[in-house]
Amino acid sequence: MAEPLLEVRDLKVSFHTEDGTVKAVDGVSLEVAPGETLGIVGESGSGKSVTMMSVMRLIIDPNARFEGEVMYKGRDLMKLSQDQIRDIRGAGIAMIFQDPMTSLNPVYRVGWQIEEQIRAHERVSRQAARARAIELLEAVGIPHPAQRVDDYPHQFSGGMRQRVMIAMAVSCQPDLLIADEPTTALDVTIQAQILALIKKLRDDFGTAVVLITHDMGVVADIADRVAVMYAGRVVEQGSLRGLFYDAQHPYTWGLLGSIARLDRPRPRRLTAIKGLPPSLIRLPEGCAFGPRCPHRFDRCAEVPPLTDKLGDGHLDACLLDPEQKKERRDRAIRPDLTAQQDLAVPQDLSPAPDLTEEQW
Amino acid sequence: MLTFVVRRTLWTVLVLFVISVLVFFIFFKTPGVDPARAIAGRNASPQIVAEIRAQFGLDRPLPIQYLLMMKSLFITRNLVSYSNQGVLVVPEIGAAAPATLSLVFGAAVIWVIVAIAMGIAAAKFRGRLLDPLLMILALIGISAPVFWVGQVANLISQGGLHNTPLFSWVPALGYTSLGQSPVLWFKGLIIPWITLSILYIGFYARVLRANILEIQNEDYVRTARAKGLREGRVLLRHTLRNSMITFVSLFGLDFGALVGGGAILTEVVFNIHGVGFLTYEALTSLDLPTIIATVVFGAFFIVLANTVVDVGYAWLDPRVRPA
Amino acid sequence: MATLLEQVEPTAELRPAIAGRNPWALAGRRLRRNRVALAALGLFLLIVVLCLLAPVYAQDVAHVGNPMAPNLNGTTVVGGKVVPVMQQGGGVLKLGETPIGPTGDIHHYFLGADLLGRDVAALLLYGGRSSLQIGISSALICCAVATVVALVAGFFGGLVDAMLSRIMDIIWAFPLYLLAISVSTELLTHASGIQVGPLHLTAGSLWLPTAIIAFVYLPYVYRPIRGQVLSVVRKEFVEAAIAQGAGNLRLIFSEILPNVLSTVIVFLPLMIATNIILESSLSFLSIGVQPPNVSWGTIISDGEDLLYSRPWVSMSAGIMIVLTVLALNVLGDGVRDALDPRAKIRVEG
Repeated sequence: MAEPLLEVRDLKVSFHTEDGTVKAVDGVSLEVAPGETLGIVGESGSGKSVTMMSVMRLIIDPNARFEGEVMYKGRDLMKLSQDQIRDIRGAGIAMIFQDPMTSLNPVYRVGWQIEEQIRAHERVSRQAARARAIELLEAVGIPHPAQRVDDYPHQFSGGMRQRVMIAMAVSCQPDLLIADEPTTALDVTIQAQILALIKKLRDDFGTAVVLITHDMGVVADIADRVAVMYAGRVVEQGSLRGLFYDAQHPYTWGLLGSIARLDRPRPRRLTAIKGLPPSLIRLPEGCAFGPRCPHRFDRCAEVPPLTDKLGDGHLDACLLDPEQKKERRDRAIRPDLTAQQDLAVPQDLSPAPDLTEEQW
Repeated sequence: MLTFVVRRTLWTVLVLFVISVLVFFIFFKTPGVDPARAIAGRNASPQIVAEIRAQFGLDRPLPIQYLLMMKSLFITRNLVSYSNQGVLVVPEIGAAAPATLSLVFGAAVIWVIVAIAMGIAAAKFRGRLLDPLLMILALIGISAPVFWVGQVANLISQGGLHNTPLFSWVPALGYTSLGQSPVLWFKGLIIPWITLSILYIGFYARVLRANILEIQNEDYVRTARAKGLREGRVLLRHTLRNSMITFVSLFGLDFGALVGGGAILTEVVFNIHGVGFLTYEALTSLDLPTIIATVVFGAFFIVLANTVVDVGYAWLDPRVRPA
Repeated sequence: MATLLEQVEPTAELRPAIAGRNPWALAGRRLRRNRVALAALGLFLLIVVLCLLAPVYAQDVAHVGNPMAPNLNGTTVVGGKVVPVMQQGGGVLKLGETPIGPTGDIHHYFLGADLLGRDVAALLLYGGRSSLQIGISSALICCAVATVVALVAGFFGGLVDAMLSRIMDIIWAFPLYLLAISVSTELLTHASGIQVGPLHLTAGSLWLPTAIIAFVYLPYVYRPIRGQVLSVVRKEFVEAAIAQGAGNLRLIFSEILPNVLSTVIVFLPLMIATNIILESSLSFLSIGVQPPNVSWGTIISDGEDLLYSRPWVSMSAGIMIVLTVLALNVLGDGVRDALDPRAKIRVEG
């Protein structure tokens, strides 16, 4: 396998608070290959945002403590000076954020803000930067870019603002684009457009993408590989197919089982994962998911390492035997299925009896 | 834009009208004060008093008197003081205005510069020693009444230490106009400037620090950093630019209020004959024309300042501009 | 090697349900943890208590009969010797009569005498009573009235709001000191005083400056509270209450007021501080507290003529004001931080 573009090695991020030490990220290791799209899934508080913000060294809280390494093109980003990390921000690694309403400075025109990024990294004239800004606005699908380049952020809708953010982020052709829940604050229809845009830019420029989300549907749409995070740790990591069809961790089963599916018979209830995520100040002993896991057994008192059990590049942090996992997984994800192999066809899915073949 | 200007002008006129009417009637219902007698002097005979009463229209109904006074204030500008014989009020205010303007302007320059420096420093070194130190100074600044600070300043510079080289250059209390002697103008104003600015430095440094800290947590500042900009640029162009919106608005209002006569305490303590000083004298001697003139002058400046601030706010914050 | 792989029910180690906590209780807890604010509160209360004990000091400690009566021919004991309170030819210019300076003796003219031969230390405590009374009561009145008007304006909106806000704008357009001075001057020349409801405000009453100061700052408190009312009125829980059939009065007092209360509470210490300063300024200009009453402002004013010979008269009163107002400002900051829902993350150790 080629040299990964970004390699996070055992990253730990903690915050001192008056109530205790919050372990937001507790030993996370990830890899992104050039041009690859990695989806990071997890609920609020799982540490996914903090991980990627730490990669960019954007966490400036004086109470934060960092351990571990983040390798990017052979250098450890955690050890770079302020000047060096600034060169990489925006030019090597770019990031877009969740809320487009507040992520753009309201007092400057959007063209100015895009130009600001360009001119921070490249020696170009103002006119050249402006021309590029207009091109970028066009590339992200903003109509009348030559006029809108002089508009203020509040004159754009939410979806448009996110496009502007994307334009700004790719303006210096970064190797890696980190998208932190880029569609969470947008309508579902706009969501699809933004994802399509990210995919198009990725394909056009060969940019690697890390997409953080809590929405499995988004991940299914865009990712090549997926990492699942829980309570500051990665609990499962694998290819997209591998995760959806061969999930190895009970938490992932819970996530998949709780999705409402239109292509399956309707269950009586959606399965929910019982309980609440643990307090990051007082993490439980052993497996962080233990207290909520229906399959917990005595070995779960040790912290399970993230390992590749079947040698196929699919990592997981569950100590259950892979054989036993299959059976439990099917029960967890498909509660509508009985123990038998064949599916009984539910009656409401039979074709209407009146129609004959000719009438179809 | 045009509707805005028209509406504002109408509002200004209305405010000035209401205020002048209020002041007029407040003072005209004062018993025991007969303006005619005050003008005529203590030993004037009843005939002279009656003549003066007729001459000044003081025997006419109140609304007519009001109108007459307004006319002589705004149109013919020959409004005469009741307590100072034959002194024309409008030029008197005109003569007093430069003193007030000099005082307020100089103080404003000092306080804006120092407050911005203190606010940025406190925000930047938040949590370390400098931050609480500066904020305590700011708190003391807003806790000391300005006239008392002036007294302390006088005590130090005009009192025992006056003969030491430290303060021997301080002239006697009072104002020398710029035209008369720039050096004396400056020397005479430097201590009043510092005195007046202490209060405002305290206030504005705190406001700015709070704004900066609030805005530093905004998403767009995080975006600016993610773009790879230098910290200095993030601070100046992104954080400060937005923090200053409140600062500038408040400054406009305070500046207007001070020019309009709000510097009265400083002027009295340092014997600077500006508009505030004039107002004070007029009030204590119940010199109605001067009172009305100075109050109208002050109110006008306040409303003007409000308008400028509103316009300026739209210029500073594009979100507020009409579509 | 795994042992029994039985289905285990999710354990009871699930986090216990979060106990609901009253936001006021949370705020109180935050305030109690703020040591600086508590110290400021302590200082303020200390000053209040000292001033309340003014008669005790005057009678029992300093042995002054009526502290506010002139004592030009009186004597006192300094260093065991009996000396006249007003000394001939003392002070800088060595002319005329000069009151004695600070003696350092609590029982005898601790801070010296003023131009009328009065014990400055005793005067200081009595003056504090006036200043504090005026400051506190005017702040309470101002906040109460401003809140009521803001509730009415914000709740009913439309013409009512427009009219009330315009009136407030006009009051605020008056140059601050000019308004206070104008009204003061006017009212003070009415020898018989004016009648405001049950109160008969005469020139000698402390309620006159109180009312004036409360009035002058009405728009200052009104505006932010009205803004707060407007934003609360729009919230869904108000709509829900209306849907439940709540009448106007219930809406105003049960739904809107509690949510606006925190803003008002933050204003209180700040307004007390501001009003103390305004009162002292007015008294300094001889248009606030009138003789025979004294306040810190009148003491500073009386001390002006003695500034270069007996500075402690003015200085002591000024220092009292600074300490009191400083304490109130620090307390005000603490109260605001406590009521602010944004959590503060502090470094530990």
